[in-house]
Amino acid sequence: MAYSSEDLAIMDSIVKRYPRPRSAIMPLLHFVQSRVGFVNGEGIETIAKILALETAEVTAVSTFYTQYKRKPVGEYHVGVCTNTLCAVMGGDAIFAGLKEHLGVENDGVTEDGKVSLEHIECNAACDYAPVVMANWEFYDNQTVQSAKDLVDSMREGNPIPPTRGPDTLVTWKEASAVLAGINDGRAHEGVQAGAPTLLGLKISKEGK
Amino acid sequence: MTALTPVLSAHWDEKDSFTLEAYTRHGGYTASQKALAMDPDAVIQLVKDSGLRGRGGAGFPTGMKWGFIPQGDNKDHYLVVNADESEPGTCKDMPLLMANPHVLVEGCIIAAHAIRAKHAFIYIRGEVTHIIRRLNQAIEDAYKAGHLGNGVDLVLHVGAGAYICGEETALLDSLEGFRGQPRLRPPFPAIAGLYARPTVVNNVESISAVPAIINNGADWYQAMGTEKSKGATLYSLSGHVNNPGQFEAPLGITLRQILELSGGIRTGHTLKFWTPGGSSTPIFTAEHLDTPLDYEGVAAAGSMLGTKALQIFDETTCVVRAVLRWTEFYKHESCGKCTPCREGTWWLVQIIRDLEAGRGREEDLAKLLDLCDNILGRSFCALGDGATSPITSSIKYFRDEYIAHITNKGCPFDPVASTLFVGAGA
Repeated sequence: MAYSSEDLAIMDSIVKRYPRPRSAIMPLLHFVQSRVGFVNGEGIETIAKILALETAEVTAVSTFYTQYKRKPVGEYHVGVCTNTLCAVMGGDAIFAGLKEHLGVENDGVTEDGKVSLEHIECNAACDYAPVVMANWEFYDNQTVQSAKDLVDSMREGNPIPPTRGPDTLVTWKEASAVLAGINDGRAHEGVQAGAPTLLGLKISKEGK
Repeated sequence: MTALTPVLSAHWDEKDSFTLEAYTRHGGYTASQKALAMDPDAVIQLVKDSGLRGRGGAGFPTGMKWGFIPQGDNKDHYLVVNADESEPGTCKDMPLLMANPHVLVEGCIIAAHAIRAKHAFIYIRGEVTHIIRRLNQAIEDAYKAGHLGNGVDLVLHVGAGAYICGEETALLDSLEGFRGQPRLRPPFPAIAGLYARPTVVNNVESISAVPAIINNGADWYQAMGTEKSKGATLYSLSGHVNNPGQFEAPLGITLRQILELSGGIRTGHTLKFWTPGGSSTPIFTAEHLDTPLDYEGVAAAGSMLGTKALQIFDETTCVVRAVLRWTEFYKHESCGKCTPCREGTWWLVQIIRDLEAGRGREEDLAKLLDLCDNILGRSFCALGDGATSPITSSIKYFRDEYIAHITNKGCPFDPVASTLFVGAGA
């Protein structure tokens, strides 16, 4: 695909956020993922041209960061935290359960292209462990069964909404646009906090 | 009993707490008005007097850091907020930003004024879509309301899944558009930071603490905490407890007190080991339940306050398995720049993997400690140092458990027993 003049205008506005153009590499890579689903050669070339860099320089950056994918992921990319705390509390069992249920290995995509699976590192929600992320939205306090139900709902085209996130789960490409700094107008959706976030405040109000 | 002191978290229980309207309702953006009317040096002095120290792990005095920025140098200055919260166990900044992004925006306005910066950046981890939405919306709303754009511009920069970018110089390289690899210091960011210009890098919680300090005064902040660790902070309780969550309390509270307030270790189990401030801080055991959780108290007991990420593990948890997983994490996240960290973490994983699987030998423990000696303090940044913490501390407290893996030729623990859904048929 060639980027439309509209896309190029957005990319130009991303560059203009920064005092120096090169700083825009990361949001531009997120933007490429929002259009293509992963970082392809054309995306690298387009960014290199915009920033007057060698393609090797853009490739070097894109391959350093695990969120930039070099091949297509699913419409819903599922990450299971298997860092120590989540792993111990059930993350290992959830990850093993999903691999078996979906018939894919780590970094695999289901044949229908709906779901991809990855084990991820700590996602800063340890008080909601075990944690599963989908397109980087929070699914808190998961079990093997709830995670299987989640991926089933994705494959049926009607994903269960995130625990702390928008009212409906957006696609991988739509989430990538948010990561590129494009406002999708959904910041007001969802809860402001889950119960663990509020526990200290609640106890304090009870006068302890 | 030390009472909890919700300041940052005071209004998180209101459903619209993340909006400009809710923030304004509770006095939001009055502190920045007040600060902008003050001489920048007076703002720095006020923050120095408050005793606020960095909440990202190192505990460096915030006002002093601001004071290091050279003045009258006719160079651009930059403020960079580190929102790349990724240290395993650490989960305070993300819920803060989900519930109230405006407090960080207001803190940025004040801090930028103090250090005479016209540009501020928030570098947030990329794996939190909804928090990025909230922060982006908050910045837009703050521009529309005229809080931003009249002297200070604020840019949200989204990372892409590299733990190392939480290290301040790697973060700066990443923000400049390079692979996120740490820089040799000196020069420190205060002299040559972003684009080689004087730069302050502060944690989310540190900057978010500033509006309340401006509004309530240094004395008010000083009155909380201990002799050298002033103020209140967010403690994040997770793991094998009945009720995990966020607890904003004066520095110096103990784990025993937090457990008593929150409902204790999960019923029927006992505390085995815990981290005071994330996986890079040496582990503690039940003998440290009464250690004051301030910078000095935790250091005196042989660990670090770090990010106050209290990860609790009960007796069902295999410490070797826990340490192996953390070690695999450090190996995966090592940026590869410095040889001791890049090669050392790889070898640590090989040895601990064998130990956990029952293929180890007793000499391996000495080899592990020797490797740790050769990693600690020998790289540009602290990632390699952090990798040694769980290993050396776990061997110190649980040497017998490592030996049991060798003599049993395998792990003596049932991993199912440590899950939350044991017995639930999951």
